[in-house]
Amino acid sequence: MTAIIQIENLSKQYDSGTRALSDVSLSIEEGEIIALLGPNGAGKTTLISIICGLVVPTGGRVLVGGHDIRTDWRAARKLIGLVPQEIALEPFEKVINCVRFTRGLYGEGPDDAYIEQVLRSLALWDKRDAMTRELSGGMKRRVLIAKALSHRPKVLFLDEPTAGVDVALRREMWEVVDQLRRDGVTIILTTHYLEEAEEMADRIGVINKGRLLLVKPTADLMGEFGKKTLTIELTAPLTMIPDELLGRGLRLSPDGRALTYEYDTRADRTGIARLLGDLAGQGIMVRDVSTRQSSLEEVFMTLVSEPRQEVTA
Amino acid sequence: MSGVNWPGVWAIFHHEMMRFFRTVMQSLLSPVVSTVLYFVVFGAAIGGRIQSVEGVEYGAFIVPGLMMLTILQQSVSNASFGIYFPKFSGTIYEYLVSPVGWIEVTLGFVGAAAMKAVLIALVILLTSFFFVGVHILHPFWMLAFLILTATGFSLLGFIIGLWAKSFEQLQIVPMMVITPLVFLGGAFYSADMLPPFWEGVAKLNPVLYLVSGFRWSFFGLADVPVGVSLVAVSLMIAVCCLAIRWIFATGWRLRE
Repeated sequence: MTAIIQIENLSKQYDSGTRALSDVSLSIEEGEIIALLGPNGAGKTTLISIICGLVVPTGGRVLVGGHDIRTDWRAARKLIGLVPQEIALEPFEKVINCVRFTRGLYGEGPDDAYIEQVLRSLALWDKRDAMTRELSGGMKRRVLIAKALSHRPKVLFLDEPTAGVDVALRREMWEVVDQLRRDGVTIILTTHYLEEAEEMADRIGVINKGRLLLVKPTADLMGEFGKKTLTIELTAPLTMIPDELLGRGLRLSPDGRALTYEYDTRADRTGIARLLGDLAGQGIMVRDVSTRQSSLEEVFMTLVSEPRQEVTA
Repeated sequence: MSGVNWPGVWAIFHHEMMRFFRTVMQSLLSPVVSTVLYFVVFGAAIGGRIQSVEGVEYGAFIVPGLMMLTILQQSVSNASFGIYFPKFSGTIYEYLVSPVGWIEVTLGFVGAAAMKAVLIALVILLTSFFFVGVHILHPFWMLAFLILTATGFSLLGFIIGLWAKSFEQLQIVPMMVITPLVFLGGAFYSADMLPPFWEGVAKLNPVLYLVSGFRWSFFGLADVPVGVSLVAVSLMIAVCCLAIRWIFATGWRLRE
C-alpha cells in the first residue's frame, strides 16, 4: 500500500503561545481507517485542521496524494473531504442544493446521478428538497457527510463524527463509515469515544498535549496494552481467600462464589495455569472460568498517564 | 486566469444569486419603495422650488444620484452580508478547505453582490420613468459607471464582511460612512450650487467623483472631469483587490 498522507515534523504554536502540536510525524496508507484519540485539547482537531487548510502550521509539512498542502494546495484539497465537528449548514437551503454547491466548490461539474447515489447511501434522498434547518441533528450530520463526499474525495476527515449524538445514531454513523471503507475511502477520524475507535479503526493514534504518543494497529494495541481479567466461578462459596493464595492479586466476590484475577497479556507467564493448579491443591472446585479484555478506555488512560516519547509512524 | 476554478466561482455566484431570488420581494420592493419616496419628497416637494439644475429638470437631475445611492448601499450590504453570514453560521470552513482561493471567492461573492446592485439600480431607473422624463445621453458609459461602481463598493463591502466580528460592526460602516458620503457627494444637488469653500470640501469626497461621472453619462453634466471619475473608481477597485489578496494570503480573520 502507498501513503496517501505523509505528515512530517508538523508543529503548531498559536499567537497566544499555546503549543497545539509538537513535531508530529505520521504516514497514513490508502484505504485505511485511522482513529486519532486524545482528551479535549490534545491537538486532534488542530492536526486535521492543518491538513485540510483551516489552520496554518508553524513547522513541518504535509503531503496529500504527493501534493504539498501549502505549495500545491489546490491539488491536495481536491483529494480531501471534511466533516467538521460543529454542524454548520446554510439553514435556508435545500439539502440537494447544499450538496451541489459543495461539489461546485471543488471544481466539479454537475452530476445529479452521483449526488442521488450519495444521498441514497446516506438515507437522505427522501429529504433532498427539505430545508436543512428542518432536519434532525443526525440528518444534518449526514448532510455534512454527503457534502464532504460530493466530489468523490480519496481522503475523508471525520472530526468527532458522533459527538453529542445518541447511541442509535452512533451505530448508524458506524455503518456509514463501514460502507465508505468498503468503497475504498481513506478515513481519518478523531474521537474521544474509545469504543468508536476500537469498533471502526484499523489503526489508532494516541495524541496528548500536542504529541503523538503512539500509532498502532487496533488489535496490536489492545493485545499489547490490554489487561485481561480472569473470573473463576466456584462450586462452593468461600468465606475468605486461603493464606496460601494470598499475594496473587486475587479478589473474592462479596458472595464468595467467584475469584477474579487480573493478568497482563504481555507477560511471558500469565500465572493462570499455576493458579488453577493451586486452587485444585486447596480443594477448591472450579465451576467455570471466563476472561474479559480491558476496554480501550483503560488502555488509553494507561497511555496518557505514563510519560512516553512521541513516535514516528 | 487559466488556473482559476471556474466551477467554484459559478457555485458561489449562483448560490448568492439564489439567496437574492429567494427574497426577491424584500430585495427589490424595498429599494423601489424608498426610491418612490425620494421622488415624492425631493422631486415633488423640493422640485417645486428648484425648477431645474443647469438646464435639467430637478426630478430628472436626481435620478443618477438616486441610482448611485442605491448602488452604493446595496453593493456594500450585499457583499458584506454575503461573506459575513458564512462566518456567522460556521459554513465559512467550506471556502477554506476547498480548492478555491481569493480570486474565486472574490469573483463569486463580489460578482453576485454587484449583479444584484445593478439589477436593483436598473429597476429604479425603470421606476423613475413613471415620474420624470429621463434621457440617457451615453448609455454605454452609464452601464460602465454602474458596473464599475457596483464592483468597487461590493469589494469594499466584502472587506467589511471579512473584517466584521458582529452584526453591529457589519452595519456600522455603511451607516456611519457610506450613507453620509453619498448624501454629501452631490446625489441631490450639483457641487456648483455650494459656496466655494464647501465645494472644495465636497471635492475631497470620493463619492462625488462617482456621482459626477454617472450624471455625466445621463446629461453630459459633471462636477469633475469624467476621466478623473474613471480613475477614482478604478483606483478603488485596485486598492480593494490588493487588500483582499492580502487578507487571504495572511488568513487575517479567516484562518488561525
